[in-house]
Amino acid sequence: MIPEIGHFALILALGVAAVQGVLPLIGTARGIPGWVATAVPAARAQLLLLLVAFGALTYSFVVSDFSVAYVAHNSNTEQPLVYRISAVWGAHEGSLLLWALLLALWTVGVSLFRRGLPDELVARVAATCGLVSIGFLLFMLLTSNPFDRLIPVPTQGRELNPLLQDPGLALHPPMLYMGYVGLVVPFAFAVAALMEGRVDAAWVRWSRPWTLVAWVFLTLGIALGSWWSYYELGWGGWWFWDPVENASLMPWLVATGLLHSLAVTEKRGAFKAWTVLLAIFGFSLSLLGTFLVRSGVLVSVHAFASDPARGVFILIFLAAVVGSSLLLYAWRAPAVAGGGSFELMSRETLLLLNNVVLVAASASILLGTLYPLFMDALGLGKISVGPPYFNSVFVPLALPLVLLLGLGPLVRWKEDSASALARALWPTAAAAVALGTALVVLLGGGTVVGVILSTVLAVWVLLTAGAGLARRLRKRGGLAGLFGLPRAYLGMVVAHLGVAVLTLGIAVSSTYSKERDVNMGVGESAKVGNHDFRFEGVTRLPGPNYLATQGTVRVTREGREVATLHPEKRQYASQSHSMTEAAIHSRLTRDIYVALGEAAQGDAWSLRIYNKPFIQWIWWGSVLMALGGLLAATDRRYRLLAEAARQPGAGGPSRLALAGKR
Amino acid sequence: MKSGKKRLALVGVILLGVGAAAALAFTAFRQNMLYFFSPTQVSAGEAPIGHTFRLGGLVETGSLKRHADGLTVDFAITDTAHRVPVTYSGVLPDLFREGQGTVALGKLGPDGRFAADEVLAKHDENYMPPEVADALKTAGAGPAAVTGRTGRLP
Repeated sequence: MIPEIGHFALILALGVAAVQGVLPLIGTARGIPGWVATAVPAARAQLLLLLVAFGALTYSFVVSDFSVAYVAHNSNTEQPLVYRISAVWGAHEGSLLLWALLLALWTVGVSLFRRGLPDELVARVAATCGLVSIGFLLFMLLTSNPFDRLIPVPTQGRELNPLLQDPGLALHPPMLYMGYVGLVVPFAFAVAALMEGRVDAAWVRWSRPWTLVAWVFLTLGIALGSWWSYYELGWGGWWFWDPVENASLMPWLVATGLLHSLAVTEKRGAFKAWTVLLAIFGFSLSLLGTFLVRSGVLVSVHAFASDPARGVFILIFLAAVVGSSLLLYAWRAPAVAGGGSFELMSRETLLLLNNVVLVAASASILLGTLYPLFMDALGLGKISVGPPYFNSVFVPLALPLVLLLGLGPLVRWKEDSASALARALWPTAAAAVALGTALVVLLGGGTVVGVILSTVLAVWVLLTAGAGLARRLRKRGGLAGLFGLPRAYLGMVVAHLGVAVLTLGIAVSSTYSKERDVNMGVGESAKVGNHDFRFEGVTRLPGPNYLATQGTVRVTREGREVATLHPEKRQYASQSHSMTEAAIHSRLTRDIYVALGEAAQGDAWSLRIYNKPFIQWIWWGSVLMALGGLLAATDRRYRLLAEAARQPGAGGPSRLALAGKR
Repeated sequence: MKSGKKRLALVGVILLGVGAAAALAFTAFRQNMLYFFSPTQVSAGEAPIGHTFRLGGLVETGSLKRHADGLTVDFAITDTAHRVPVTYSGVLPDLFREGQGTVALGKLGPDGRFAADEVLAKHDENYMPPEVADALKTAGAGPAAVTGRTGRLP
């Protein structure tokens, strides 16, 4: 009964999405206020219906209703409750439902936090979301219904993949999806702006915080996935250039570009058409990501069941969304184009370069990800493009970006003098080079060019951020002004420092990591880096739904005790193979990582041991970036927009007045 | 609006950047393309000797032998029509086992032995890498050997 309610709610949601996607558009085009007004209630009704559907599926998992095929395939009565719940989005059908639910959530979010948004714009945004929702709900109902029944009913379900029974992975998909789906908001704003034929400062102030929040989720989602693969897969890597990882990185790069281009459009009224185009690209890439994951065309750890019908549906859907929005763009972009002029040496130019680099990086990843698919489809042989390609393209693009990132905030809008900048900044640049090089050499890093370059760049970002901050504080009368600084500015500084931390983490960990596979009997030792690892044997430990073989490894450094690690090999009851659970000892400057391999002769085991300096900086850098985004999204001027709208008599924020502030 | 000259300079800078990126991408691309070969293709001499490529198929049942050092293993990858002997040193992935699909990355020696630097097995025990499934199909291994659910990591 409950699953049928869920199924019925899904069908109703499709009907409501059709109303939400069509009526408001006709209403705004023909000037029928009653039809325009249907947008918000329809979006809310859709959210409610999808909550019912999602609740029904969750309930089926909690009570282990194996008559629902999706539950039977992904859950098991012995699975702990928390993983029975996270199993809801653990596979194809349920993750689509989560997608649709989050889409409705974002739509209602826009209607709730309107900040003085005019009714027509809300209607157009909600209608665009409604159209996207129609596609997803149709896809779910036609090819991947999570409520399909299974007859005969099995007495026990197939367990959720044990790899997914982990806190990191219970959280990773919802976070990532919030980011993916969140890009629908800037997309819908862009489509609405094209329909209206107007992009002004007010429009940017409405869409910019949403873009920021979606970007924060995307950043955290990617970082969580990377962290999970690091500690869970037992390979000690944090990024594999797997096609599905690429599928999340591409929209992230474009969204990052969009954030910067939005800044130019808000402050200077320039790049309008480009901003709109980036918003379309960002969401298109997140749809492409969905296609890559769901269609089964990829050789990937993330690949789902390959059902050709699904792939064809998503491909048609993708073509419809991208095609129609680009068509709209081609038709209407001349109406929104134009804007402020700027000189060659100006912040606009640097932000333009930022955009060019980010889009180029995204395009080169797209090439590497899709090319093997085309080759295969055309019967030209099976090839794959491995990490060396991505590294050799991405790194040379990313490093100049970090250089620009330090420079950008110090350059004036519209026009600056190159010679004055050079005079003001050469001591900073020299200090960065000297300090960065000295740091690497003094800390025993040798003379690896990549590491020195990255350290110099990280110090450069730190120093330029400090210089920018000092300049602002001087204007505000010293340190006391720190708390008066706009959050958008602080957010930028924090996010940029995050990039510096991330750069350092990547450069140092990938250069100085030491790894060894060793075979050790009980009592034997191995040296990796400057640590000694002594294997003290294995014991058996029962877990809730698995039996673990737990090893004990004593780690010492020059005779001093550092840690005792317990890597595990887990045998889940429902699986025929075992799972590696690595043991990690983290410090700010290094991780020690031990994974159990297989039992060899006698009491010996093969072990995989890593010493990874600075690897945690990769995730701390990402967290800083996300924190910066969050700070910027809560900037006062976005709240002012809302307050201004609420003031009686003021008549809401006059778009003309805001637009005039450029 | 900008004067024509400045605009030209700006466009020039952008073109230079995009051009450099494209050049970078295509060079890296040509150097880092990895071809996939099935055991049948290797036996027919289609695979290069001394160049890295990917070899995929099933781990032949009964072929897995561990050396005395506890780390080096010998096994054979088969597509049921032909087999290629493989040597690998290191910890094997969890899902590596006889009779299961696998993809190995490495070089073919002149003696016909494939020295693997990396051995991949996917995260789901029923997962069959599409290339391996194709290779088996081509070798006529019958549908029973090639079906199987694919992975399910979101």
